[in-house]
Amino acid sequence: MVKKYAGRLYLAIIFLFLYLPILVLIALSFNNSKSRVTWGGFTFQWYAALFQNETIMEAFLMTVQITLTASVLATIIGTLAAIGIQAMRRRGKTILIGATNIPLLNADIVTGISMMLLFVRFTKLGFSTVLIAHLTFDIPYVILNVLPRLNATSKAAYEAALDLGATPAYAFYKIVWPDIAPGVFSGFLMAVTMSLDDFSITYFTKGAGVNTLSTMLYTELRKGIRPEMYALSTILFGIALLLLLLMNFRSSRKHEINN
Amino acid sequence: MLKLKRQFLCGPYIVWIIGFIILPVLMIFYYGITDSSGSFTFSNISAITEPIHMKALLLSLKLALICTVFCLLLSYPLAMILNGLHLKRQSFVVFIFVLPMWMNFMLRILAWQLLLSNNGIFNAVLESFGLPKISLLNTPSAVVFGMVYDFLPFMILPIYNAMGRIGTDVIDAARDLGANRIQVFFRIILPLTVSGVLSGIIMVFVPALTSFVISNLLGGGKVLLIGNVIEQEFMQNMNWNMGSGLSIVLMIFVIASMAFMNSHNKDGEGAAVW
Amino acid sequence: MKKKFLLPGALLIFACSLAGCQNANSSKETLTVLNYGKYFDPEALKMFEEETGIHVEYEEYESPEEMYTKYKAGSIDYDLLCTSDYMIQKLIEEGEVLEMNHDNLKEYQNIDPKIIDASASFDPQHNYTLPYFYGTVGILYNTDEVDAEKTNSWDILWDSQYEGKIIMENSVRDCFLVPLKRLGYSLNTTDEKELDEALSMLLEQKPLIYAYFVDETGDEMAAGNASLSVVYSGEAAYAQSLADNLAYSVPEEGSNLWIDSWFLPKTCKNQENAEKFLDFLCREDIAKMNFDYVYYATPNKAVYDSLEESVKNDTTIFPDQATIDNCEVYVSLDEAGTDLYNQLWKALKSD
Repeated sequence: MVKKYAGRLYLAIIFLFLYLPILVLIALSFNNSKSRVTWGGFTFQWYAALFQNETIMEAFLMTVQITLTASVLATIIGTLAAIGIQAMRRRGKTILIGATNIPLLNADIVTGISMMLLFVRFTKLGFSTVLIAHLTFDIPYVILNVLPRLNATSKAAYEAALDLGATPAYAFYKIVWPDIAPGVFSGFLMAVTMSLDDFSITYFTKGAGVNTLSTMLYTELRKGIRPEMYALSTILFGIALLLLLLMNFRSSRKHEINN
Repeated sequence: MLKLKRQFLCGPYIVWIIGFIILPVLMIFYYGITDSSGSFTFSNISAITEPIHMKALLLSLKLALICTVFCLLLSYPLAMILNGLHLKRQSFVVFIFVLPMWMNFMLRILAWQLLLSNNGIFNAVLESFGLPKISLLNTPSAVVFGMVYDFLPFMILPIYNAMGRIGTDVIDAARDLGANRIQVFFRIILPLTVSGVLSGIIMVFVPALTSFVISNLLGGGKVLLIGNVIEQEFMQNMNWNMGSGLSIVLMIFVIASMAFMNSHNKDGEGAAVW
Repeated sequence: MKKKFLLPGALLIFACSLAGCQNANSSKETLTVLNYGKYFDPEALKMFEEETGIHVEYEEYESPEEMYTKYKAGSIDYDLLCTSDYMIQKLIEEGEVLEMNHDNLKEYQNIDPKIIDASASFDPQHNYTLPYFYGTVGILYNTDEVDAEKTNSWDILWDSQYEGKIIMENSVRDCFLVPLKRLGYSLNTTDEKELDEALSMLLEQKPLIYAYFVDETGDEMAAGNASLSVVYSGEAAYAQSLADNLAYSVPEEGSNLWIDSWFLPKTCKNQENAEKFLDFLCREDIAKMNFDYVYYATPNKAVYDSLEESVKNDTTIFPDQATIDNCEVYVSLDEAGTDLYNQLWKALKSD
């Protein structure tokens, strides 16, 4: 019994550690005082200020744009690549999977710098360089999520469908796709997570006027903390909570159907 | 015919690998072994032995190690407790630990700045209990705090996943054969979660070793890690050759720690957060 | 066969359209500007975009060394840059600066000729630059905790009574000027012995330091997180506007007088738009907006004349003649000098 409560207490402490900083930000976002430690009453003014702050809004839109574009493209390229890799002979497979691991294993700062060196030599930094960089570290996550699913797919069913006269595309769509779809989806989510949270690689590859939330906040934080940032944190946390709840709901329903 | 066709699907990706993975790495090597006039030199790589760089590297290793140990010590019992709850849906646990990651990394650091500053919330609480203030912000400890906070989920999830895979029948069988709790832990649970622990260690140690942002924002410019040195060489001193040389050293360290871990890890499990 | 590619195809189009609308944005008239952080009122920037229809790609940096690297990397074509005296001199010497035709600037007559003369140290013919703000480096201190008289000397920054309460500049030359002046050397020295002395002095000071900051200093001082800091004059004035118990002093051993100016780099593709921007910022109303935003001494006479006496006499913002005479202006260092400073800077930070 004691052990059970000790366990619960430990859980509570870890959750506090993880969520206390976020709760502080949320509380401060409604604080009608610039001070960080005194409560000056309830206000929405920082939210109003946030929506009028063009720097933040532009960075927010840019983040959404880059994250979505990079994740969608990465999912497509990655899924196709995974199918191709699976069909390959052993040596080709090993080489490709090895190369796929490079951006995952390498330090962010090294990946960022290496891409910057490449871009600087051949082109100007801008939106497209950030997009390419994001794609580069997103694709491996997709591949690594899709490949195991592909390997688990029964080849016999696919070949049987072909024997029965289905086109490869039709057979793929009917037989393989349902099996790998969850992998594709989780690969996509991983790509979104990584793109959203990336700082180092964007920092080294971005051009003038191109700012994601991370790089914008880095510049702004070095100029001092402004209450709008608390409001931004609260909103981002709200969005994340909502999205993850939705996805959790979705996957749990799937779970029930599958069982 | 059919085989050929399917292999073609990774065509775009192969182009991508060559253009944006292999080539950039080659660029780093090119810059790393040449000087500003373009002639061959090893001085950029051997520069790591200069006392200044050595200090930064050792500090990075030290902080990364402390961070990893903390993460491990916090995560392992946590994973055991979570596993003991026998939640129907594991995804809920994943959800709780991934949620903070979807909020921006910079904002999480901002939260720690607020908590730890001299007149911050931490000290306000201490003061209200009549305790003396402690200055944490802008010290290596604050950097470790930030790192543990940021990387903790990377440790928890693989360990939790590994534990979830241990069948209860294995443990029951051991119990039936007369093993006590401690024996079950050391003979069954621990060995079967080693792969999770190892991948957790890698996923925490590598970013901690190479971080430069956390030390910039929570270290007050006083904590110089090897990542900061490299960033400075690129962004301030305009010495790309030196920066690349040091990056190569960093890459070697990353690969070495990875190889070390992999040699102890038979069934590797990747970054499977989902 | 077709069906399979329908979905990815649609997604691809969607993605490209996203990427495309970005390109559409950049095809209209733009101006790429690189400036110090917190150095231009965002409202004024918005006004410029609305009045001229020119989209400004605005980038910020923290130290002149960072700006130099960003510019020299050549990965972004900047149209207009603003930085400090010695860095401009360096870029002029390297042939990176385009001549500026002040006749194209209608509002140029607002600029105080005295400041133009003072720019001669880095732009002798005055054909490259447009002065933006000037100021000094000094000590900002908390009057509740620090005795004002003691701030007449840099010595106070080594007083162990303020352990953990001191903020230094996180910029190599502004940091080294403190021990150099304390030792009575020139802040432009490249003498290795003198600089080594300065370094050991800074190393001795490091345990007392709360942090090395640039743009955060004002807020940190106002929040009471530190008692003493080395700041630019405008940062001090900004902090004073947030808290009443702060004061600024330029120590008697001397300090740095700096002039930040705009110039057209060689990468400038759109000189006409750049001139429009320069003209815009010389305008009295805009210069006033920026003055209220940054709190540095403005070389804009029209703005200065319109100020209240109390502001004109505020020596934090407008240094008096005695202070100016006691200050040195930075000159650019040669490559060996720059390398030496970088090396010492790393040595300080890695300790």
